[in-house]
Amino acid sequence: MADRDDRRERDAPVRDQVSGAEHDGIAASGFPILARTDFSEVTFLLEIHHPAMARAARPGQFVIFITHDRGERIPLTLADFDPAKGTVTVVVQAVGKTTRAMQRDCRQGSTIFGMVGPMGVPSRIGEASKVVCVGGGLGVAPIYPQARGFKQAGAYVIGVVGFRSRDLIFWEDKFRAVCDEFVICTDDGSAGIKGRVTDGVEAAIAKHSDIDEVIAIGPPIMMKACAETTRPHGIKTTVSLNPIMVDGTGMCGGCRVRVGGRIRFACVDGPDFDGHEVDFDDLMTRLRRFKQEEQAALERWTESCRRIDLEPAHPGGAGGA
Amino acid sequence: MARKTIRTIPQERAFMPVQEPAARARNFDEVTLGFGLDEALLECERCLICPQQPCVAGCPVGIDIPGFITRIIDKDTRGAWDLLTDANLLPAICGRVCPQEDQCEGVCPVSDPLEPVAIGRLERWLGDRAIAEGWSKQNHIEPNRFRVGIIGSGPAGMACAADLAKAGCAVTVYEALHQPGGVLRYGIPDFRLPNAVVDAEIGTLVKLGIEIKCNTLVGRLFTIEQMIGEMGYHAVFIGTGAGSPRFMDIPGENLNGVLSANELLTRCNLMQAGSFPEYDTPMPVGRRVAVIGSGNTAMDAMRVALRLGAETVTCVYRRTEAESPARLEELHHAREEGIEFEWLTAPLEILDDGSGGVRAMRCIRMELGEADDSGRRRPLPIEGSEFEFETDMVIYAIGTSANPILGQTSQIRLDRRGYIETDETLATSLAGVYAGGDIVTGSATVILAMGAGRKAASSIKRYLRIRDSETVYQPKPANLEGTLFGIDLAERNFVRVQLA
Repeated sequence: MADRDDRRERDAPVRDQVSGAEHDGIAASGFPILARTDFSEVTFLLEIHHPAMARAARPGQFVIFITHDRGERIPLTLADFDPAKGTVTVVVQAVGKTTRAMQRDCRQGSTIFGMVGPMGVPSRIGEASKVVCVGGGLGVAPIYPQARGFKQAGAYVIGVVGFRSRDLIFWEDKFRAVCDEFVICTDDGSAGIKGRVTDGVEAAIAKHSDIDEVIAIGPPIMMKACAETTRPHGIKTTVSLNPIMVDGTGMCGGCRVRVGGRIRFACVDGPDFDGHEVDFDDLMTRLRRFKQEEQAALERWTESCRRIDLEPAHPGGAGGA
Repeated sequence: MARKTIRTIPQERAFMPVQEPAARARNFDEVTLGFGLDEALLECERCLICPQQPCVAGCPVGIDIPGFITRIIDKDTRGAWDLLTDANLLPAICGRVCPQEDQCEGVCPVSDPLEPVAIGRLERWLGDRAIAEGWSKQNHIEPNRFRVGIIGSGPAGMACAADLAKAGCAVTVYEALHQPGGVLRYGIPDFRLPNAVVDAEIGTLVKLGIEIKCNTLVGRLFTIEQMIGEMGYHAVFIGTGAGSPRFMDIPGENLNGVLSANELLTRCNLMQAGSFPEYDTPMPVGRRVAVIGSGNTAMDAMRVALRLGAETVTCVYRRTEAESPARLEELHHAREEGIEFEWLTAPLEILDDGSGGVRAMRCIRMELGEADDSGRRRPLPIEGSEFEFETDMVIYAIGTSANPILGQTSQIRLDRRGYIETDETLATSLAGVYAGGDIVTGSATVILAMGAGRKAASSIKRYLRIRDSETVYQPKPANLEGTLFGIDLAERNFVRVQLA
């Protein structure tokens, strides 16, 4: 009897209720990882099952992850979303304690403790008829949905992505499928043109006099360089900012950035802003806010991993003297 | 029994133990330790059980205060808790954080000439007893066909959810953070409201059948319009709180070492930064901390900063102590713990230490002029009184403004400050959508938000034309003889199963 089933559900303990797996297609906790691909020693892709988020996500939005009940909340820009498969994709660079732990622990078949999104104002796609989509470092993956979005909206899309060397390149086919022109820049010249993404942007501007917009995602120093490259040409340049966040819902103000002399919250006013207005030096200073603590946490974690590796393996876990 | 009079009742309030200031300023354990049974009984004797019952009217959720006090006196603690929780399912929380001096206790006739009956402490005692004893109500709720969605699991949303669940609605509460409770979780520090208490009382609500979905940002994952439309909710209540911290737009505000009280509190309360590195979220605190503002949030921020290891913590406020919006008890506790106060002082600029951090704050002294709109005397700068205040961390606790997300993602009508516009029944411009708490009124208190949640629940019931279907079975006085294995049936430790 339906009523009786209702009642039994109601008697379940709090935790079960809070983390109840599926309801209206909305998962609340314990999000399964369907696939993982490693692109390099530090870069890996996670494809996570979350049908509601896959439906709601738009280019430019981000998610916040918390990987365990003592974890921190970290924002990651969405690299892809597929409403048909019900999945969202992020590409992670293992640089700090949390992302290194994710690299170790997030496997196909395991779950993410907490994940909320899509967050932030979606990118405006539509008006521009010729755009350059620039991705560098951790920004290569998140520029993909923008390129695809512009392509679907009928724009002429020039993709420019940067890697250190040939063997770190990923998603070339995916980009080529949505870009009318696609330029790879490598630091060592082992693929594409030798140089930085700004060289690719310069080349695109030289070739096309009618570029409406440049969208750049990557490390702050790269976005700053892109904005400076386009500024003399007066080309609208949109950047996606990645400051430190806690809640991601506009509540803590930790992600505040200076744009056009005003304080804006990247989580609810952004993450996209006019690159010519952003105070990148301020952003870079604020990204160093917890440098000491981040360093200490990473060292502590690395040390504990080393100790675990040194310990002789005891089947069944808690062994030892 | 002869009628009690102001002369015959105990003249002094019952003693409530408090952690010593020097010790507690370095730990996150609770400051006030609560009544024991003897103290509670003694304090109940101070209630005149007066016929006018001004305390009931003074309570935003209308708790039958003389009623529960009478039951405590009659040694019917369980009955007292049942009566109390008819009006308020979160007594251990409200007993701790309500500003009783402005509500029930403020209108208690005993308060002239004595101290009023410590209603809040009694409420807390009952709430704590219930948690310790594992009491829960044997509610029989006849389900109706209505589904209600609640946005935000803070005090407004939870109070609304409780009333609607009791009426038989299937209630789902959506919470953006990874743990439920809203401001009770991220805002109020552990030493005033332990997380364990929040967990326990939210557990009471879940037993009513309320479903809580964390990690769900309404507006972005789905919209209010979708909830009413394709998701099939018959009504929606918005209780998202205000929450966006204000800054002053003075130079130096973006330096590292300048943050909002919300951020400090969220890092410490929700993310447990005080236990870094066991918990991953850091919150390094300055040596000399300045907190701007003098409300309850400022008091919480100052006391948290102290517990994180700051050497000195100073409250910088542009008016005087008399205008300070903080509760007297909070001011008192803060001062006891060694918080310093710079009244009539306003910051002008935050000065750089050369590496992106804070070296000092340039301030100006103020004096009070004519009364302003709020009825308080307006602070005016005293020319030439600028001075440098040495500090390495500046925390803003100057209030919040409306969170923009629902406004960005829905057609709901907002007022000019960005808060949600409602009529007197708390109905918004969208049919079937109600709102209450800070997102309507701007920053207020936990109990006012709960009052708004209950009011919205009653409006929603009227909108859906439903009546309460709840029956509460009062457990019989424990009489274990004659029961199977000595287990009181009323406690129902067994789940009834149907055999095929």
